[in-house]
Amino acid sequence: MAEVYLDHYAATPVLAEVADAMRPYLTEDFGNPSSLHQRGDTAREALYAAREQVAALIGAQPEEITFVSGGTEANNTAVKGVSWAARRKGNHLVVSSVEHFSVLNAARTMAKFDFEMTEVGVDDYGMVDPEDVRAAIRDDTVLVSVMAANGEIGTVQRTADIAAVAREKGVPFHTDAVAAAGYIPLNVTDLGVDAMSIASDLLYGPKGAGALWVRKGLRLMPLLDGGIQEDGRRGGTENMPGIVGMGKAAELAARDLASRAEGLTALRDRLIKGLMETIPRLRLTGHPSTRLPWNASFLVEFIEGESMLLFLDQKGISVSSGSACTSRALKGSHVLTACDVPAELASGSILFSLGLENTPEDIDYVLESLPPIVERLRQMSPLYAKYLKEGGG
Amino acid sequence: MVEIAQYSDTVMEHFMNPRNVGEIEDADGVGEVGNPVCGDMMTFYIKVDDGRLSDVKFKTFGCGAAIAVSSMVSEMAMGKTIDEALKITREDVADQLGGLPKQKMHCSNLGADALHKAIQDYQSKQKEKEAQHG
Repeated sequence: MAEVYLDHYAATPVLAEVADAMRPYLTEDFGNPSSLHQRGDTAREALYAAREQVAALIGAQPEEITFVSGGTEANNTAVKGVSWAARRKGNHLVVSSVEHFSVLNAARTMAKFDFEMTEVGVDDYGMVDPEDVRAAIRDDTVLVSVMAANGEIGTVQRTADIAAVAREKGVPFHTDAVAAAGYIPLNVTDLGVDAMSIASDLLYGPKGAGALWVRKGLRLMPLLDGGIQEDGRRGGTENMPGIVGMGKAAELAARDLASRAEGLTALRDRLIKGLMETIPRLRLTGHPSTRLPWNASFLVEFIEGESMLLFLDQKGISVSSGSACTSRALKGSHVLTACDVPAELASGSILFSLGLENTPEDIDYVLESLPPIVERLRQMSPLYAKYLKEGGG
Repeated sequence: MVEIAQYSDTVMEHFMNPRNVGEIEDADGVGEVGNPVCGDMMTFYIKVDDGRLSDVKFKTFGCGAAIAVSSMVSEMAMGKTIDEALKITREDVADQLGGLPKQKMHCSNLGADALHKAIQDYQSKQKEKEAQHG
């Protein structure tokens, strides 16, 4: 059976070059960067090299990179760490309603204590209006956090415009770039942001590694107290294999960004065009053009996402869905809800996240496999029967 | 926490090859449960001959579990007397399917309810008829 993996937002394979770079740090180069002997020197050099590699991907200074355990920790550190450090200045946070839960719930946690938060809504494409951010900022606002791009629906935000608003108001601006880094050009200076989160595992690096970039001068309290690793911003012995792997992955992502983006965009558009042409009553979610190269996400009317996912899995095609039935909390996607998608439509969510190893043949296999599955499930669906009786189709 | 992918072989078999999918045009009873907002909706159609379910069909909008449950219920109810069919419980259906993931027990295991609703619909129509002919 064919195997077509289209769930790269969940996990990417570690590239061979990345695995090769990591291997010595699992075995012979096991040293701790805090040690003062030669083994420590080797580790320290590798740590600095990785910092340079990650910094280069986003046009930052190596000293401003803090390695953490992944996107979730990077986002938690940004939201909580900046808020705590700025507590004397104020206690209000502004985030968008389509943020990843590691931002949204971190802000909600702060709101359970001494902070208040404002969620800025989005339009039907999931796009934040910078003027809404302006309106949400108060005198006591200490942080604005709006993602660079949303992984579920692909919409790329107007990050530079939102950052400009925050800067004008004198409020630090963090952007979660986990879904975007390595796929769209991101330069922290050009964007005018103050903090940015990146994860290794969306960049064909290992899981368990991520980075938070914080502009020099922006105060941050560590989430994890301990030793003075990472310039005192994150305690705990560094995950050297993960960090070295993330460094290599970032270097390759920076080197190949344009060609990766071009290749993925071509596949994405082939998939979107093909499915829109063959499946009636199919809706694209997210912005039609201002969109991540790897994201093709849809709502299929009258049927439910998990059943599509299971049938596709039987064909060797791996995808995901934002339907309530596929979530552990049995709740529909908050991102689709924020985009004003009615709950019954959100049930039909299907997300294809494309990756480097995908080919046009993979896409054609999906184009051949999905329409009969949709048709079959619609033939089973009482909603489709109702729609046909009411004169649809 | 039970993983979503943990469907039994029987669930997957019924999901992939559901029995008795469709509508009955001149059904003696129709029962609908759930709603699309919560992600699962089932409509059951029954024909009754001599106090037995001579035909059972369904249409279902929902996840893999919802489809497998509908299929299993239709199979369990087929040919049964009204009383026997009314005794089919959610637990019986889950047992026959080799179990269901915990989080699917409540939201997707609605097949028995839909069947019972179809039977109640049949019974109330019968009463109306008796009253008319009374």
